Amino acid sequence: MTTSTDTTPAPGELGAAQTPAGRLQALAQGRWRAAGIVFPFLMLFVVLTIASSSFATKANLLNILDQQSATLIIAAAGTLVLVSGGIDLSVGSIYGLSGVVAAELALHSWPAGLAILVGVLVGFAAGLINGVVATYFRISALIATLAMSFVLEGLGSLITQGNLLNLFTHQSFSDLTRTSIFTVDSSIWLAVVAVLALGLFLARTTIGRYMYAAGGNPEAARIAGVRVNVVRVISFMLSGGAAGLAGVIDASRVLSAQSQDNSALTFTVLAGIVVGGTSILGGEGAVWRTVVGVLFIALIGNGYDLLGLNPLYEQITLGVLMILAVGLDAWSRGRVA
Amino acid sequence: MARVGPGAPSRRVLVELREIGKHFGGVRALAGVSVGIEEGEIHALVGENGAGKSTLGKIIAGAVGPDAGEMLLDGEAVTFRSPREALASGIAAIAQELLVVPRLSVAENVFLGTEPRRAGWVMRGVLRRRFEALTAEAGFDLPADRAAGSLRTAEQQQIEILRALARDARLIVMDEPSAALSEPDTVRLHEIIRSLAKAGKSVLLVSHFLREVLELADTVTVLRDGKLVRTKPAAEETESTLIQAMLGRPLDAAFPPKAVLRADAPIALSVRELSAPGVSGVSLEVRAGEIVGLAGLIGAGRSEVARAVFGADRRKDGEVELAGSRLGAAAPMLSLRHGLAMIPESRKDQGLLLSRSVLENVSLSRLADFSRLGVVNRRSERAAASHALDRVAVKGGDYAAPVAALSGGNQQKVLFARMLMSGPRVLIADEPTRGVDVGAKRAIYDLLVGLAAEGMGVLLISSEVEEILGLAHRVLVMSRGRIVTELAGEEMTESAILAAAFSETSTEPPAA
Repeated sequence: MTTSTDTTPAPGELGAAQTPAGRLQALAQGRWRAAGIVFPFLMLFVVLTIASSSFATKANLLNILDQQSATLIIAAAGTLVLVSGGIDLSVGSIYGLSGVVAAELALHSWPAGLAILVGVLVGFAAGLINGVVATYFRISALIATLAMSFVLEGLGSLITQGNLLNLFTHQSFSDLTRTSIFTVDSSIWLAVVAVLALGLFLARTTIGRYMYAAGGNPEAARIAGVRVNVVRVISFMLSGGAAGLAGVIDASRVLSAQSQDNSALTFTVLAGIVVGGTSILGGEGAVWRTVVGVLFIALIGNGYDLLGLNPLYEQITLGVLMILAVGLDAWSRGRVA
Repeated sequence: MARVGPGAPSRRVLVELREIGKHFGGVRALAGVSVGIEEGEIHALVGENGAGKSTLGKIIAGAVGPDAGEMLLDGEAVTFRSPREALASGIAAIAQELLVVPRLSVAENVFLGTEPRRAGWVMRGVLRRRFEALTAEAGFDLPADRAAGSLRTAEQQQIEILRALARDARLIVMDEPSAALSEPDTVRLHEIIRSLAKAGKSVLLVSHFLREVLELADTVTVLRDGKLVRTKPAAEETESTLIQAMLGRPLDAAFPPKAVLRADAPIALSVRELSAPGVSGVSLEVRAGEIVGLAGLIGAGRSEVARAVFGADRRKDGEVELAGSRLGAAAPMLSLRHGLAMIPESRKDQGLLLSRSVLENVSLSRLADFSRLGVVNRRSERAAASHALDRVAVKGGDYAAPVAALSGGNQQKVLFARMLMSGPRVLIADEPTRGVDVGAKRAIYDLLVGLAAEGMGVLLISSEVEEILGLAHRVLVMSRGRIVTELAGEEMTESAILAAAFSETSTEPPAA
């Protein structure tokens, strides 16, 4: 802007939004964005209800939620990172490390509650490091968290010596997720509470608002007095803490923990967030969208199971859906901005 | 002083523009401009910011297509759909932002896209020989193998000139070629431009610096408000005739009356010896209730001063005091807390969260005030934001709509509303009326004058001289990172401001 000699506006400056047609378009896109994945989700739900008698049963639906509890928690926090303009590729490793730390402590006869707490704190600490490296050290979040994922996975392997930690002799460890409250497992309650808390945090608190500002236009946010770096560090901390909680939840659910092969989770989480409609470019999105996105993917898997379809097609379906979701997002942004 | 071209009248016209017109959206950039550029001529284009000179340069170079009129090359009508097509016809452009690939070598940059190759492989030896032949011909001394990014601006500019010569360009359009150069480099550039003309190339020189124009050019074309004022031999022009030609716009009564500044008004903002990138040793004061205009050409360092004072950019040296208390680290949050606010130069890049609602944009700076235990109380947020929006008269009150849906004027008012909510003592307004319609302009003027009458100190940056004359109590004129002149009262005239803005401030005498 400062370097152009004349103040003639660029063609985009009197952009679409000012013309009546442009305004309509912006509105229509707003609507589309607001609806997003909800209609496909409902359609899939109805189709599965009709196609399989065992789909819409309490047992099946609770089973889906139980399986997705860890993913939901990580994805909800990951939404905050993406909205703030970052990305966290280390959640799989944090998840693994936290589970392993908690399990190892339990094997050393720590009380289950304390072991779990330490596991979650490990997640927060890893997130704090992620945040500081990705902001104050000016290393892109993508690289910073990718590098951290290797470090954390390596740390986890040092603890486990590459083995699966087996907790079958520590049944108290399963109390975290297998306590029944109103006939529903506590794993689901934990996910519901965490997701609600993160959703309210993003939508209702000052810092949540700052996250939208930091991701949408960091320079404008800074000039408006927002401490963009602090806000981003908080988002990474929450993401790390959520991954830690998710790690101990799954360790408790299956009574075992391992440090390796958790990176697929990172991408499942990202898929859920993006399919839900949160923009990978930052500044837009919501936790409820992510919940719908994660459950949409879960329904696809559940549908393939219940209908006995070839699971290879499941992955293709998922991949195509992601491209559609992100492509539509880029397309609508190109029009609005 | 001016170079009189040898046998100027007899030369052939290379490029002729007939009745060229161009609009950007609803804004007229050019209308009915007819100019001829002769072979071997240095032809200068001058005008105020926004007069349309860069646009005209871009049309000739194929970067922008005209809406009206035609362009003739060697007497035949041509239409360029891209700079590439213009280049194929022998017209090259050197923009202000230089376009070199930093990691490639100097020689590779010169022949970028025209590398001698065989079966897809670049023939390095041939490339090297051609480069040496070309530099010898042009009389440049550039290291062939150094990475282009490691060279100085002036040398990168020479790469672009060589690139143009390598394509056998007959007309080279240069947009503000000396704006970013030091004095010795400028002298060298002038020599290069003269030798290009001597070799029969035409040069279209878009420049703010009138002395440079008069020294170099054979012919000068003056534009004003997108229209041609006149084309004359440079020998018949002086700095003052050019300035008069560039002005000539009556100062309309579009401004509210200025509030009288109280003689005992305390100093609200004091800046001492401020240095930052693009700013060297700037000192200024703004008193409570005073509107101080900061004038100068684009690139003179006005926005850099604004950003360094506000703390959006780091300060290398110097002090900023607000009502007696010193601002420590450069941080917008701290400045706002001390009562200093800024409306940034570009509302889209630096001001607004375009996809968020009007309400969220307005309350952003003071969100913590409406929060209890970190949770935003949306009712009090809405009440306070509505109050601020009422004050700036944003109409069409759907505050939940994304701010991108508003007109430029209303978007600017949203930024004013945000600023009002933080209740600053001093406001830095950087181009507050850029790209807004006439009605909204007047509303913003009223707002600025009203705020000053209530005791706010205002530092107003504007490229529109009338705006500064119509609003400011006092004017500071910047050139090349420094404040060169302070004008008040009777001395505040359009020609005095322009004369100071166009002045070169280097201590060395200009080259003959």
